[in-house]
Amino acid sequence: MLVFLIRRTSQSVLVLLIMSLLVFVGVYAIGNPVDILISPEADQAEIERVIQSLGLDRPIWEQYWIFLVHAVQGDLGNSFVYNQPALQLILERMPATLELAFAAIILSIVFGIPLGMIAGLRPDAWYSRMIMSVSILGFSLPTFWVGLMMIMVFAVMVGWLPASGRGDTVDLFGVPVSFLTWDGLQHLLLPAINLGLFKISLVIRLTRAGMRENLLMDYVKFAYAKGLSSSRVIFLHVLKNILVPIVTVVGLELGNVIAFAVVTESIFAWPGMGKLLIDSIGLLDRPIVVAYLLITVLMFIIINLVVDILYSVLDPRVRLGEMKS
Amino acid sequence: MTAVPKTAAAPTAIDIPEDDALPPPQTPFRRFVSDFVESPLAVLGLIVFSIVLLIAVLAPYLSPQNPYDLMQLDIMNGKLPPGSQDMYGEMTFILGTDDQGRDLLSGIFYGLRISLFVGVASAFISLVIGAAVGLFAAYAGGRWDSFLMRIVDIQLSFPAILIALILLAVLGQGIDKIIVALVVTQWAYYARTVRGSALIERSKEYIEAAHCLGLGTKRIIFGHLLPNCMPPLIVVVTMRVAYAVMLEATLSFLGMGLPITEPSLGLLISNGFEYMLSGKYWISFFPGLALLITIVSINLVGDHMRDILNPRLQR
Repeated sequence: MLVFLIRRTSQSVLVLLIMSLLVFVGVYAIGNPVDILISPEADQAEIERVIQSLGLDRPIWEQYWIFLVHAVQGDLGNSFVYNQPALQLILERMPATLELAFAAIILSIVFGIPLGMIAGLRPDAWYSRMIMSVSILGFSLPTFWVGLMMIMVFAVMVGWLPASGRGDTVDLFGVPVSFLTWDGLQHLLLPAINLGLFKISLVIRLTRAGMRENLLMDYVKFAYAKGLSSSRVIFLHVLKNILVPIVTVVGLELGNVIAFAVVTESIFAWPGMGKLLIDSIGLLDRPIVVAYLLITVLMFIIINLVVDILYSVLDPRVRLGEMKS
Repeated sequence: MTAVPKTAAAPTAIDIPEDDALPPPQTPFRRFVSDFVESPLAVLGLIVFSIVLLIAVLAPYLSPQNPYDLMQLDIMNGKLPPGSQDMYGEMTFILGTDDQGRDLLSGIFYGLRISLFVGVASAFISLVIGAAVGLFAAYAGGRWDSFLMRIVDIQLSFPAILIALILLAVLGQGIDKIIVALVVTQWAYYARTVRGSALIERSKEYIEAAHCLGLGTKRIIFGHLLPNCMPPLIVVVTMRVAYAVMLEATLSFLGMGLPITEPSLGLLISNGFEYMLSGKYWISFFPGLALLITIVSINLVGDHMRDILNPRLQR
């Protein structure tokens, strides 16, 4: 297990280095870094000063090193628009995005797994067919259009729920969260459903497919033959086996949810990182874009690492296979 | 089909040998077709998708108006609700008009054309690249396999929409650029799918048998391995075309995809967003509905194909 951990962690660090190199090449080598990193409104003296401090007058490999050192120290430049460190701006908005993303993931698990199990157990029943039809719809509905329609129906036409913003927040361990206040919860509901709809469908389909495949397998027949109750077979043996792909996908989807939050956040004006990114692209606030990129890269690499480890805990064959090679 | 009941009646006795005759030999394709038509929903999906495809191809002939010809547009016709007449009483806007006075029905027809083209082209290119990489990785194994799959991992650790956003921010707008962005975001899925099923297939006896027979590597890969990897791949392709269409619409909605001169469905929806709060729902609603119908029909087909082609569910 330890060998596996060390291997995977070192691979992740390598990936992080490669990605930072790619980001660096994209921003510094292809574009003109003076244009990208220095505000167009800066005067000549300011430009000189920044070129000096960023080391843009040095050879490229030295620049990469400086960039790396700055990045490790958390210095990813200042936003042109807010004139604050880019990293700080993004970290300030991160809790809002994470709250939204986790709300969506929780919705997908709470609704997805039971519905998928029902549909997988009795694939031909009318309710299973209905669940699957709805899930195809959820799979096919473009997130942004659903968001618009939800605003149209729930905010404009019936006026039950607010259309934008985060509502009242309270501090939980120093981090502002919405889900603990009634107002915040109301604000959270529409965006979370909007973001989670796709994932609910995904989990339903994965669970159903897993159920159908596993129910035909010999170990299930054996378990029944041994005289185990069907609830024990399904909830212990089958569930354990279908959880492996579900954990992987949900884990990997966490990254996707955070990224797709860009869409949901811009529709519902949810003050998270994604909205900041879209606004910054629009305002040509490039340090924010670069910082967003690096932070999400780091976040996704960590998510992947965690999923890998979870996967190896759930399915020892993965770990052992890796050791052998 | 139906067992002929044994009766003493003489005339049926002549028919019995006919019914007992062996059915015509089933090719895999024929079996696939007969399995496919079993699901009315999937057939409906296929029919709807064919109609959508036909509309997209024939858009210039079907549309009541060329939505890009500025001569035919009149700003005075802007934001008319569905079913209203134009100023001169010459044509009816069945689905209303957008803010530029463009007939929405025509706009949707032309938008479908662009959306589908982008989706299919990007899926096909990524399929070729992904399948090649996946097969090679699975067959070569060892270092090559881990190297290529690490690249795929890196790729997949970034959500598609994020890569596409960044690429488009660097590349700019345009049909070719969005296809590049979609291919970059999608090839890894194909590579992983092909590699996964190729790895399973590779360890099966028939590949071993092919080796023992002394068949060449090329023949084993393309003649034996690839055809057996096809079923999951076909499903992935259908689903990914739908996803590519959706992703393109999303990017265009965010203003990062296609330029205003080539309005896809996403851009039409985005145009309508600002008028939605004032109750002019149709500008966003109908293009969204068209997008939805397209994606749902593709997914219905793909979904049923997944069930048919899954060997473990073979009845």
